Amino acid sequence: MADDIEKTAKNSDAIGTAVAPPRHSEWRRISRVFFGRKLYAIGFAICVLLILVAIFAPWIATHDPLKTDLRHKLEQPSWTHLLGTDSVGRDTFSRIVYGTRTSLLIGFTAVFASAIIGTLMGLAAAYFGGWVFAIIMRFTDALMALPGIILVLLIAGLAGGGIPVVIFALGFGGIAGMCRMMCGQALSVKQNDYVLAGRAIGMSDWRMMLTQIFPNAFPPLMVGITMGIGGVVLGEAGLSFLGIGVMPPTPSWGGMVNNGQSYLLTNPILSLAPGVAIMLLVFGFNMLGDGVRDAVDPKLRGVL
Amino acid sequence: MTAYIIRRAIIGVIILILVTMIVFLFMRLLPGDPLIVYMAGYDINRVNSVGPAQYQAMLHFWGLDRPIPVQYIDWLGKIFRGDMGTSIKLQENISVLIAERMPRTAYIGIITFIIGTVGGIFVGIICALRRGSWMDNVLTTISNIGMTIPTFWLGILLMYFLAYKMGWLPTSGWTNPFEDFWMSTKQLIMPILSVALGSIAGMARLTRSCMLEVMRADYVRTAWAKGLQERVIVVRHQIKNAIIPIVTVLGGALGGILGGSVFIETVFAIPGMGRLMTTAIFDQDYQIVQAGVLLFGAIIIFSNLAVDIIWGWLDPRIRLA
Amino acid sequence: MAAVLDVQNLKTYFHTEYGLVKAVDGVSFQINQGEIVGLVGESGCGKSVSILSVMQLIPTPPGEIVDGKVLFEGDNLLQYKANGPQIRAIRGSKITMIFQEPMTSLNPVLTICRQLTESLELHLDMDRQAARERAIELLKMVGVPDAASRVDDYPHQFSGGMRQRVMIAMALSCNPMIIFADEPTTAVDVTTQAQLLELMKDLVTRQNASLVIVTHNLGVVARYAQRIYVMYAGRIVESGLSEDIFGHPHHPYTIGLLNSVPRLGEKHGTRKLVPIDGLPPDLINMPPTCAFLPRCTYKVEKCQKEPWPALRAVGDQHYISCYVDIREK
Repeated sequence: MADDIEKTAKNSDAIGTAVAPPRHSEWRRISRVFFGRKLYAIGFAICVLLILVAIFAPWIATHDPLKTDLRHKLEQPSWTHLLGTDSVGRDTFSRIVYGTRTSLLIGFTAVFASAIIGTLMGLAAAYFGGWVFAIIMRFTDALMALPGIILVLLIAGLAGGGIPVVIFALGFGGIAGMCRMMCGQALSVKQNDYVLAGRAIGMSDWRMMLTQIFPNAFPPLMVGITMGIGGVVLGEAGLSFLGIGVMPPTPSWGGMVNNGQSYLLTNPILSLAPGVAIMLLVFGFNMLGDGVRDAVDPKLRGVL
Repeated sequence: MTAYIIRRAIIGVIILILVTMIVFLFMRLLPGDPLIVYMAGYDINRVNSVGPAQYQAMLHFWGLDRPIPVQYIDWLGKIFRGDMGTSIKLQENISVLIAERMPRTAYIGIITFIIGTVGGIFVGIICALRRGSWMDNVLTTISNIGMTIPTFWLGILLMYFLAYKMGWLPTSGWTNPFEDFWMSTKQLIMPILSVALGSIAGMARLTRSCMLEVMRADYVRTAWAKGLQERVIVVRHQIKNAIIPIVTVLGGALGGILGGSVFIETVFAIPGMGRLMTTAIFDQDYQIVQAGVLLFGAIIIFSNLAVDIIWGWLDPRIRLA
Repeated sequence: MAAVLDVQNLKTYFHTEYGLVKAVDGVSFQINQGEIVGLVGESGCGKSVSILSVMQLIPTPPGEIVDGKVLFEGDNLLQYKANGPQIRAIRGSKITMIFQEPMTSLNPVLTICRQLTESLELHLDMDRQAARERAIELLKMVGVPDAASRVDDYPHQFSGGMRQRVMIAMALSCNPMIIFADEPTTAVDVTTQAQLLELMKDLVTRQNASLVIVTHNLGVVARYAQRIYVMYAGRIVESGLSEDIFGHPHHPYTIGLLNSVPRLGEKHGTRKLVPIDGLPPDLINMPPTCAFLPRCTYKVEKCQKEPWPALRAVGDQHYISCYVDIREK
């Protein structure tokens, strides 16, 4: 026992006067928090799985999702048709697999579009202030005056539906939220002294926004994006369900739920299976969003 | 604070007008002409057979040959007199239509709102107080899943199990609760549940985080240091503070529920405002869409205003700023 | 003078994701009736955790009181459940605490009156009206002007110094025996600091209560405390009467502290300010030897071999935790 003490003492004395505590690397901490919670790891896994399914759809699907086969319509699940067929003989399983592409395409595009536009607007509003701020805020107020669904319904319904319209409608609906969030973040960052310092050394407006304000307002943006994807997918499903989203015959989970409703008694799986797919995707991205939020800024935990 | 309220109210009205203006314009600029479609009896093949003279007459009758700004002002004027116009397709007075349908949507909406918010807040508080326990984990996981369920799908799921399989509830339809309360309730259980679940899930999550945030606060530690009981601390110190951010989202929650009504009325064949709006959008029935946007917009703006007032009243830092 | 509070070998550890933090590792101190005691040390030395442990206000998922006794009125307080009825009966009435941040330590949605009457109604069984009148009296006592009308105001309507006076009023409201003040003046400006300290000393003397001031500011304790405990890395390293600690400090850490602050009356240029070399230790990986060893300029062979020294007397009521005998100052 005394030997150990002697050794430890000699070592600490050899090191010198300063024995600083070990610094854990930020990335290690982030991954530990992120994967430490099983839930987040599961969410991450689901997202990766879905992205892979979307990319490798042609290899995973058993049939052509658009091919009709009226001789085999409304069949129950079997070994050839894993989830049965729909009212015109298309294989449900393959349609769900290809539907992943539709959902992810619309999800990512709409969210990134609204994120980019919303961020630019929010940063501009926060940075320039004055009448720029006022106009942008009134605009977002107007956008938020209608319930999200109604707004999206209006745009998509009046413009006739189809994927581009859906992306536009959902993206447009998301701008207000992103803009407000980024504006709020930028405003609080703007208070900080390093912004003042930047101005003191003569940084131009754009440089300030890009290099100073944006990186610090970034974490909530990441969270907003991952959470937003779930919302957009639900929105697209809703629109397709009502018939003004993705147009047939392109496979869309929401549309499939709609088509299946008429056959609920005999082939419930037509409506129920696509719903499960929607839930899986939204859950995966929501958990991913939670994980990102907790890992990036624990202070935000339970706030967003 | 009164000045604050008045300012918000005025801004709200301006926004409402702005929104209706934008929608008005948007609808007029779209391809497709509901008038022609109507005149052709909603038969695509007969569209070309509509005579130009007749068309012009119709156009004039509906006042659609005037410049757009004039049409808008005219519409606005009529609104102030309580006249919402007439539906092109249904040839009915819109005010009558709305008076018929809005109460149904409102009935369902209000019940869902109460269940959703009260239920959600209750669940959230329990989860926060018993953080980390099995109850918290189970309820939080259910909430997380609940937020992912598409409303319309849940409706269909419930319909399948409770109506088709079990036969406990009627599959769809609407009965006036004043005429047959029991039947009406049976018909409404599934629609209300479908929308309320998502609401409860969202509110529970939010309440839980707000409570946890408050529970960490310094003044809560001061309360413990004074020797107060947990019960007293939870109610007087924690909930009283946590409720403030929760109230601010109630306006948005109502908006979500109104939005949900659109789906639920479609799934369960309920003749309410949501269905009216959806079909009107499909038929490009301008007048109904205008009126609907005005109505929904007004409800949202009004509820946001109410939320602001309640918030100001609850938080002395705002009330006595 | 009898000891009203006797803390023996208190140990409070925290289970963190980086390891077990031994925030308080064998701390013992006594508080006598009517005296003012200073508990000093730098940030992270465990002084706040010590007093929070006495009142069992440590958040117990990460924290845990592992060992020790807190003897008060013949009872060991640690045997009772935190937040249990026995502890709750003592908190706020016999032992109270004043916290550091007046901004956030008061509930923003309750009036000052309500926050004062809470304790009064609970511990002194007063009715609403009587409690309200007492609250106004208390506010006057701590020097809040216009007390009768300000009692119905909310915390955000008070300035920082005023809020701290309210905290003092709250702490004294039920005539406690012991008041813990955790960095009571750190968050206010210097002038207000002086006023608040005079106020506290005055009130405490009047009620013949004991006051424990936890601070890193030596100037504060020099003027007001009769006895001082110096803490480092979770343990007491020196304790004694105020004049002994300042007059002839014996522990290298205390000496280092006193050398690093200027003193009033010293002629300019007489003495260099010598900061203590090095950084405070990592409380997770503590070596078994004296924790101050890496930074000590008086160390000898013995220090490197033996475990952390136990307290030994070097004078009347003067104890240090050190192997070295310093025969100077």
